[in-house]
Amino acid sequence: MGGFYFDVAHLFAGGLVLVSFMMLYQDRLYALINIYALHALALTLSVAWQAYVQDAPHLFITAVIALGFKMLFIPLALHTIVRRLGIHRDIETVVGVGPTMLLGIGLVALSMVVVLKVTPDADALAREDLAFALAVLLLGLLLMVARRNAVGQVIGFMSMENGLILAATGARGMPLVVEISVAFSIVVAFFVIGVFLFRIRERFDTVDVGALDEHRGERG
Amino acid sequence: MAVIVDFAVQGAQMLLVLLLAPLLTGVVRKVKARLTLRRGASVFQPYRDLLRLMRKEVVLAENASWLFRAAPYLIFASTWVAAALVPTFAGGLVFSWTADLIAIISLLGFGRFFLALAGMDIGTSFGGIGSSREMMIASLAEPAMMLTVFSLALIAGSTQLSTVAAMMSSTEMGLRVSLGMALVALIMVAIAENARIPVDNPATHLELTMVHEAMVLEYSGRHLALIELAASLKLILYVSLIACIFVPWGIGAPGAGPLLYAVGAVAYFGKFMIGAFLLGLFETMVAKMRVFRVPDFLGAALMLGLLGTLLLFVSRSL
Amino acid sequence: MTNSVSVLLLLVAAQLATAVIAVVFSRSASVGRLVYGLSFFISSLAVVLLLFHLLALGEVSRTSLPLGLPWIGANFRLDALSSLFLLIVDFGGAIASLYALGYGRHEDAPHRVLPFYAAFLAGMNLVVLADDAFTFLLSWELMSLTSWALVVAHHRSEANRKAGVIYLVMASFGTFCLLLAFGLLAGSAGAYGFDAIRALPPGPGIAGLVLILALVGAGSKAGLVPLHVWLPLAHPAAPSHVSALMSGVMTKVAIYGFIRIVFDLLGPPAWWWSLVVLALAGITSVMGVLYALMQHDIKRLLAYHTVENVGIIFIGLGLALAFRAYGMVGAGALALTAGLLHAVNHSVFKSLLFFGSGAILTATGERDMEQMGGLIHRMPHTAFAFLVGSAAISALPPLNGFVSEWLTFQAILLSPQLPSWGLKFLVPATGALLALSAALAAACFVKAFGIIFLGRPRSDAATKAREVDRFSLAAMYALVAFCLIIGILPGPFIDLLAPVVKSLMLGQSMPHQSGVAWMSIVPIAESRSSYNGLLVFLFIAVSAWLAALAIHRFASRATRRGPAWDCGAPDPRPITQYSASSFAQPIRRVFGSLVFRARENVVMPPPGDLGPARLDVALIDPVWDGIYKPVSAGILGLADRLNRLQFLTIRQFLMLVFSTLVLLLLVLAIWQ
Repeated sequence: MGGFYFDVAHLFAGGLVLVSFMMLYQDRLYALINIYALHALALTLSVAWQAYVQDAPHLFITAVIALGFKMLFIPLALHTIVRRLGIHRDIETVVGVGPTMLLGIGLVALSMVVVLKVTPDADALAREDLAFALAVLLLGLLLMVARRNAVGQVIGFMSMENGLILAATGARGMPLVVEISVAFSIVVAFFVIGVFLFRIRERFDTVDVGALDEHRGERG
Repeated sequence: MAVIVDFAVQGAQMLLVLLLAPLLTGVVRKVKARLTLRRGASVFQPYRDLLRLMRKEVVLAENASWLFRAAPYLIFASTWVAAALVPTFAGGLVFSWTADLIAIISLLGFGRFFLALAGMDIGTSFGGIGSSREMMIASLAEPAMMLTVFSLALIAGSTQLSTVAAMMSSTEMGLRVSLGMALVALIMVAIAENARIPVDNPATHLELTMVHEAMVLEYSGRHLALIELAASLKLILYVSLIACIFVPWGIGAPGAGPLLYAVGAVAYFGKFMIGAFLLGLFETMVAKMRVFRVPDFLGAALMLGLLGTLLLFVSRSL
Repeated sequence: MTNSVSVLLLLVAAQLATAVIAVVFSRSASVGRLVYGLSFFISSLAVVLLLFHLLALGEVSRTSLPLGLPWIGANFRLDALSSLFLLIVDFGGAIASLYALGYGRHEDAPHRVLPFYAAFLAGMNLVVLADDAFTFLLSWELMSLTSWALVVAHHRSEANRKAGVIYLVMASFGTFCLLLAFGLLAGSAGAYGFDAIRALPPGPGIAGLVLILALVGAGSKAGLVPLHVWLPLAHPAAPSHVSALMSGVMTKVAIYGFIRIVFDLLGPPAWWWSLVVLALAGITSVMGVLYALMQHDIKRLLAYHTVENVGIIFIGLGLALAFRAYGMVGAGALALTAGLLHAVNHSVFKSLLFFGSGAILTATGERDMEQMGGLIHRMPHTAFAFLVGSAAISALPPLNGFVSEWLTFQAILLSPQLPSWGLKFLVPATGALLALSAALAAACFVKAFGIIFLGRPRSDAATKAREVDRFSLAAMYALVAFCLIIGILPGPFIDLLAPVVKSLMLGQSMPHQSGVAWMSIVPIAESRSSYNGLLVFLFIAVSAWLAALAIHRFASRATRRGPAWDCGAPDPRPITQYSASSFAQPIRRVFGSLVFRARENVVMPPPGDLGPARLDVALIDPVWDGIYKPVSAGILGLADRLNRLQFLTIRQFLMLVFSTLVLLLLVLAIWQ
């Protein structure tokens, strides 16, 4: 594999991390959803490139799933939900944007160290792809932790899943069936969360998950 | 003989940026006007404005000090020197080793320092508001810029702009993630530093939103002309900088001869127009943000720069 | 008995004699002029001597006096490192004395200042000359105590007394750490001479401990966060020429102590040392400048900037340690040169700024920036000098502060080759912190200069200010000249540092700079990076001049004075101007809410109520509230508990002694 293949693969994987950072930065709902679509596009490109380089046609299917579901269907659905629910379009943050991004940098650094240190003799591409994937995963988790809005949390969750797919395609020989089942479970999760959103909204008149805490009987 | 040619090229470069700078402002204004379905003033309008201002008398506030009168010259001179050190059509200029990228950033800092001081000299509240906000923006933009320079310097192994440009145009340069991050960060910094939308609006005199204009509110006549010219020079500096680092094709190598220099000049003009168009397009598309949203914006640039640098430190192959 | 070190010792003795003169003739009116004149003369002599010594590539000269501990005596030694720092000390001393010739006349209690001033100068000289642990610590204490006496010279003010107490506690703590460090270095053999320590470097565990102790001991004197708390209280409390000495020079003596112990005595460094030093240094530089931004007291603002600059110097030193640990001596030489040059630069511009603040204090009687404004009209010379100092400390080209920060950046850019993972993350983060602190310093000095000198006067005192005397101005202009010269022609000064760097970096130093064409500085290779202060200066000057010439010749030179425009609604009341705290408000919002947990509380009167609206800002000092308060509360609590011991009977006291003895014996029995 020549330097060019390597560079392009890197660029896409790095782009995914970059887009994850853009998510951390965004504080408006529609923009966040659009960026999620961008995230999915970066994933699609990355997977398609891997399919081309590894000469693994089944990865193209994964790419198409990513394109169809994650880039088109889910963002559109989310747009509809937000509009139908009339959700307040600012995202309330638990931690400010600056500190969140600083934490994000720390997480990226952490994932680099962990992966690069643990896998010294693996293939260079897989190694750094894995590091990026872990970073995307952690950033998704961070997004879920740092945002109070349920839609923000949904997006954080799904960007985490994108990180998983990235890791899976980077490591060769992942059977298609696993991927499809992962993708399927995500769709199911999406529907569940969607229904859940409507329910929260009905009950509490807000999608701020803080409202849930008050009804758990723990905080009084 | 060679020395004379070298000096001539350097001189041409200095004159070029000085003469083209108002044109850039004019073209951006024209693009913005056309995109909003207005006819807009001629692209040469900034030249006319400058000449008019130069010929007018200066009205100084009663308590203006010598600093207020000296500042426009210092701001203009430092910005011009900085802009002349960024390669436009030819690399490896005679004086290119005078200052590297870090020094160029600091030269801009020098201009800003005096501009902010001049804003406070008269003792009006608008001047103070402008200076205070300008320094807040600079306190984030400058480190962000410095970190992008780190990324570039680590990739190219040099902070010397000519070397960086030569390295970037060589074939061994692949696509790099940190380079992409550096580009995004640099563009964000450029927008903030040049007081463009969404950070500041160069066309407004609405009290509560202005930053740069508030600082220069008390200036008139030739002083104002110099400051406006310096602002245009700063804009052309950033356009040249982004062009010479990320699209270095066409820049004439040291001692390339007149033909290649001509090619470089044409290529530079092309980049210049594209840069002006993109800036106008971007400014038309986005809305100005609140002042206290700006730290987040620049914080993002800072983080991108830091991330890019970190990736370079951790993995040499990125 | 005629080598350089003996001559220097004679000068120190003369300085001490000056202190005695100051005590004896304390009633005389002209004693101030005599003492400062003598100090100026003695320090200048020392500067000349040291310059010769350093330029002659400083052969080591040593002597010992039969004082102090009987079996070692007091040893003194002059090598490249100590010549450099003595140069800083004596140059600072000479200039401060010159300044004080004018400034000292306004002193209302000269007998509390003069003797200690002379002894303080002597003490700092002795620290740098000392060649054994005993002499070093003794001189260190002399320096600490005399400076303490100067801090509490104006003891009537409550704030000064508090500063004195905190300074005394922190200084004792620092000396205690250094004492332990030297104890560990001396080992069981009790080798207190520096030569003996150098011959027998300690093992890695002990060396690490010594590093920490030296960092705490010297760092507390230099002002490393979180040991800086006394510095912004104590430095401003002293008279301004002493503040300049404490900030500009005494912190350098502390840095000398650190370099002497860690680079010279401690043997080859371990990799993690640099990790500790760099982390502390990066935090120090940013915290220092953020604290400074929140201040309105001019002298305290300057003192916090000392904290920041000490951080920058330590970044250079930390990088040098890292490079040396991995054998990259070339890069290490660059980093060390950057740190040392910044130490020199800082002593120059910080003295200048403190002199400026002293001049303002003389002219207006105020330290609070909110009471000033418009002084540029009343005090043009001071304003010019302060402007140059502000630009230098903000690291703007073509002044001296920029050169050393530029070199530090260049050293940082060499560090990806370092193999350690921790450093790979820490070094770019430190670089970011350094860039941040430089930008914030510029903001802070725009604030300081803008509020003090520009705008309209905010108080009567500022309206009636008068320019200060010639001695003060001469001292300030001398320092302005140095800011410019080091900035424009840094090459010779870097070469001056070469023997020092060589002695600490295994014989490696930066490439010779004086021969480079056009007086550029080229740290590694010209294709990599170069900077030419001379040309930058000339280009700016020439193009500004050309622009002025062309416009005046071909366009217009008409000027009319009129009222300020201010968007058509100028308000004549000076209170409508931006104040220091309103200038800092955006930055306080951006950084302060994170670092200081700044809270703004706005109380608006309801409609119809004629009362004023109020804005209160609450800041929390994370270091003081997070570390010192719990510690002091703990100590107080412990003291309360132990209070009971006072009321024991004799039998119980004996019991206590007896049980302690048995316990110790028991420990000994088990240990062996």
